[in-house]
Amino acid sequence: MDLQYSEADEVFRGDLRTWLADELPALPPQPARDDWTARRAWDTDWQRRLFDAGYAGLSWPEEYGGRDLPPSQQLIFLEETTRARAPYVGVNFVGLLHAGPTIVAEGTDEQKREHLPKILRGDEVWCQGFSEPGSGSDLASLRTRAVRDGDHYVVTGQKIWCSFGQIGDFGELLVRTDPDVKKHAGISWLMLPMDLPGIEVRPLRTVLGSSEFAELFLDEVRVPVSCRVGEENDGWRVTNVTLSFERGTAFVSELVDAMRLVEDLAPLVKDPAHRRELGHCAAELDAQWALTKRNVTQSSRGTPGRGAFMMKLAYSETRQRLGELSLRVLERDGLVVDGKGEFVEERLRTLALTIAAGTSQIQRNIVGERVLGLPKEPK
Amino acid sequence: MNFDLSDDQVALRDGIRSLLEGKIPMSRVREGFDRSMFDELTNAGVFSLRVDGFGWADAAIVYEELGRALVPGPLVWSFGRDGITGGLDLTVGGTRYVEHLDSLDALLVLDHTSISTADPSSLAGSPADWPLDPLTPVTEAASLPALTAVGDADALGALRAQGALLTAAYLVGMADALTDLSVAYAKDREQFGRPIGSFQAVKHLCADMVVRTEVARASMYAAACVLDDPSTGDLSRALSGAKLLANEAAITNGKSATQVHGGMGFTWEVDVHLYLKRAWVLDTHFGSIDTHADTVAATL
Repeated sequence: MDLQYSEADEVFRGDLRTWLADELPALPPQPARDDWTARRAWDTDWQRRLFDAGYAGLSWPEEYGGRDLPPSQQLIFLEETTRARAPYVGVNFVGLLHAGPTIVAEGTDEQKREHLPKILRGDEVWCQGFSEPGSGSDLASLRTRAVRDGDHYVVTGQKIWCSFGQIGDFGELLVRTDPDVKKHAGISWLMLPMDLPGIEVRPLRTVLGSSEFAELFLDEVRVPVSCRVGEENDGWRVTNVTLSFERGTAFVSELVDAMRLVEDLAPLVKDPAHRRELGHCAAELDAQWALTKRNVTQSSRGTPGRGAFMMKLAYSETRQRLGELSLRVLERDGLVVDGKGEFVEERLRTLALTIAAGTSQIQRNIVGERVLGLPKEPK
Repeated sequence: MNFDLSDDQVALRDGIRSLLEGKIPMSRVREGFDRSMFDELTNAGVFSLRVDGFGWADAAIVYEELGRALVPGPLVWSFGRDGITGGLDLTVGGTRYVEHLDSLDALLVLDHTSISTADPSSLAGSPADWPLDPLTPVTEAASLPALTAVGDADALGALRAQGALLTAAYLVGMADALTDLSVAYAKDREQFGRPIGSFQAVKHLCADMVVRTEVARASMYAAACVLDDPSTGDLSRALSGAKLLANEAAITNGKSATQVHGGMGFTWEVDVHLYLKRAWVLDTHFGSIDTHADTVAATL
């Protein structure tokens, strides 16, 4: 057991540092928060720069444009880009951390060839279509219907919490393909081309006042059967593949970002009780970073350990604790969202962490039942 | 980077676990620490791991098992020493209680800058009638005995580092044992016609216990790796984080385990209180939750 990075890892780190030092000062200024067209252009431009420099798809297969690098170098990438304050994935989130990994794991060769290189180059932006107004924590109860008609599914229904719905080229869409079996057994996972007739996107205003979320209304949308990922009615298993990425790796970059926020907050802290609390938060984040390294080691040996179930639960609680602390530190500087630093906006944004991607209550059920083997609730 | 137990370390863990299950089961733990227990641990090589060529990560794995089994005694102070060794840390507030005084062959006394030894038999006094932890007898050292300086500030720093790591490891083992006790009880105990572990209110307490333990364990292993190779991290921050989270995991799991066990959790018969009381004792060893939080904050 050790924490040593290899010589090759350190070479990778050195090269990346040099590249970031050259590239970051050359970036154009970030666009306004609500200008989605400009934000798409800005975020995908950054993704293209990463791709051209060989820093896109570090864990993805080489034949589809990825780098197939060891997990240690993926961690270094997150450490270094965060330390250098490089841009976050932004509108590329669903493609890079959700749909892309799902297609890598479950897609056909043709689907991989078609989508993966475009996602990595920033040419294709994805949005999400999982939750429904009536299906949140009980996601498998979803009712959006897909009826087979020759080479197409005719899809009708409503989705909510569609991240980047306003600007997505494709959506990852869960539909009910068999209403006559148990709820988990009748679901399929589709790639939804967002330019098809019958799709209406309405932005959803969140506690931040604006947001990357939208509602999606689908009225007899004809989706080619070739857009299905995985077998028909096997979508629940595919969904769990997607969610395992979201709950596992997708939170790693959040974690490194939180460590940066701790460093930003430290100079503002005067009260000894606040300092102690900040030390506490830092210790928790350090520990979650150690747990991430442990998870990565175990995954690279082919057996994801129990820690993979726990990251999101532990991290989201710490991040909110840090958010509470930052507001206490700011006192009345906190009365303006975009006043002093990004602390207030972050406090609002991170209210979602214990809800999105499975509420903390659902996560505790999963840990209790799948990790500890406690009996299920009666249904 | 290979941040998980190696095959040898798994064998080490399993070996010490089965040895403790066989030789020091809870029935014997409840009778308290004695010399025969110390001799058996000595023969098993527990205190000589470093001189026998093992690393700090290996020692941490062994101490985690000692904590899981709640083996009593001054086990951390005795690490790497000859004979049963106790410790008195003058930098900690409150009454100067010496633990396990009647069993000690040697006593280490720590202040802010150095390590000294004292003859334990020169300390007069009788153990307190009602110690918080029934398995940790304490005797008040009314006046300080004659001290012989044996270590400078560097030696003190090394001793505090090893003490924080091994105590953190012991506490993580305790937090794990408390989770296991609670989960077993929640699967077995029935109310309203079904196991209480099927209720979310109980299930979520158990889920939080295992998450807390896994996070603390990762932190503790990281600190052990940094102690083995200081080039891989900030040692002081790693150790403080590990001790802080291990203490918190053991104490909070102790409280949660009491709650999961309901009325039984408030009885002498159920083992949970022995773990919780030890966790409170160990928060006063090698830095508390609060002092370590301050140490981490000072690195920011």
